[in-house]
Amino acid sequence: MECLLGIKFNDFVLIAADRTAAQSIMVMKSDENKLHKLSNNLVMAVSGESGDTTQFSEYIAKNIQLYKMRNTYELSPRQAAAFTRRNLAEALRSRSPYMVNLLLAGFDEKEGAQLYFMDYLASMASVDYAAHGYGGYFSLSIMDRNYLKNMTPEQGYDLLKKCVQEVHKRLIINLPNFKVQIIDKDGVKDLPDINSKSYE
Amino acid sequence: MARRYDTRTTIFSPEGRLYQVEYAMEAISLAGTCLGILANDGILLAAERRNTNKLLDEVFTSEKIYKLNEDMVCSVAGITSDANVLTNELRLIGQRYLFQYGQSIPCEQLVSWLCDVKQAYTQYGGKRPFGVSILYMGWDKHYGYQLYQSDPSGNYSGWKATCIGNNSSAAISSLKQEYKEGGMTLKDAKTLAIKVLSKTLDMTKLTSEKVEMATLTRSNDKTVTSILTGKEVEALIKEYETTEASNEAMKREQSKAAA
Repeated sequence: MECLLGIKFNDFVLIAADRTAAQSIMVMKSDENKLHKLSNNLVMAVSGESGDTTQFSEYIAKNIQLYKMRNTYELSPRQAAAFTRRNLAEALRSRSPYMVNLLLAGFDEKEGAQLYFMDYLASMASVDYAAHGYGGYFSLSIMDRNYLKNMTPEQGYDLLKKCVQEVHKRLIINLPNFKVQIIDKDGVKDLPDINSKSYE
Repeated sequence: MARRYDTRTTIFSPEGRLYQVEYAMEAISLAGTCLGILANDGILLAAERRNTNKLLDEVFTSEKIYKLNEDMVCSVAGITSDANVLTNELRLIGQRYLFQYGQSIPCEQLVSWLCDVKQAYTQYGGKRPFGVSILYMGWDKHYGYQLYQSDPSGNYSGWKATCIGNNSSAAISSLKQEYKEGGMTLKDAKTLAIKVLSKTLDMTKLTSEKVEMATLTRSNDKTVTSILTGKEVEALIKEYETTEASNEAMKREQSKAAA
């Protein structure tokens, strides 16, 4: 039902998540935030069981902050992704697994822009672009066709808009608003939400 | 009087000292010498080998230099059996970090974790402290090449060049004299290590069986560690002896000219 999108470019990453919080067949709110800032240059987009998403993202975020306090330096996005995957994998094999799917977008001085795809079975892949949820069936093909590694932030944002437009047009589920963030060498910044008004 | 306070590690003496910890440090000053030197293009560790019985089977190529993980090597001075327990613990800590974060543990974190273990043995009841000091050399992406030293009390510190074990204070003072701040290459460090060892080891002639040496460098974004072979050490010793002999000859010449 939910939709997460992420695209990695040469020196920045864009990440987007729908803003719908649904309970059974009911929409509870349409301004939910599914993007969680883990550190100065790391964002996690989470979908899945609603309690689990908050619990898990908070747990990871606090542990990443704890690491920074203990060691003065931060975990690199790659290490943070490995850490997140490890926790998800261990929880999966316990009596209380987390039902969460996530995208991790980060920027590292040495390793550049990074995007990781992770699902509730704790499989992980470093990818150029990725999507979670039914929205992926439509948006991935658009990314396949239009993605270029050297796009500017504006071009990247337009690509995201195209994806959302297609989700609005073809997906039976109502996902009106998408929250968007960009992660680059200067950290995390909010970009304007994408909704039907964005591409009119 | 002391007997009342030195049977258990957890008890302070009236002067505020922990005798068992001090005795452990004492045990190390009897142990074989180890030294470490930081250079611009790498690090080295050198250690004195004590067990040189020719009947000893050569199963162990190195007696007191251990590889901990991809990016770190350590050498130990003190009770060997205690050291085996600690190097095992070090490797476990390193692998646990690798398991959790997918990358090698940063040097100081590994040292600090081990020192937490060492400290615990100076405080919790009925245990004796580890009679081991350790020199660690390593590389990490945060601070590059690093050299650390830890002692039985659980204290640790970072160094450019240092020495533990027998006669270490003499070695440290000669390292202090000879160390060229910011101008050391690994080659210089090797020469210096042999020079300092031959001065401190208190024997007429240094031999390759008596010395273990290991280096740590970076090439193609990978850490390369190697334990020098007997031949390589032999070559270094020979080189040291010839320069020493020529220096001696020069001095004699000068004194002759002055007279």
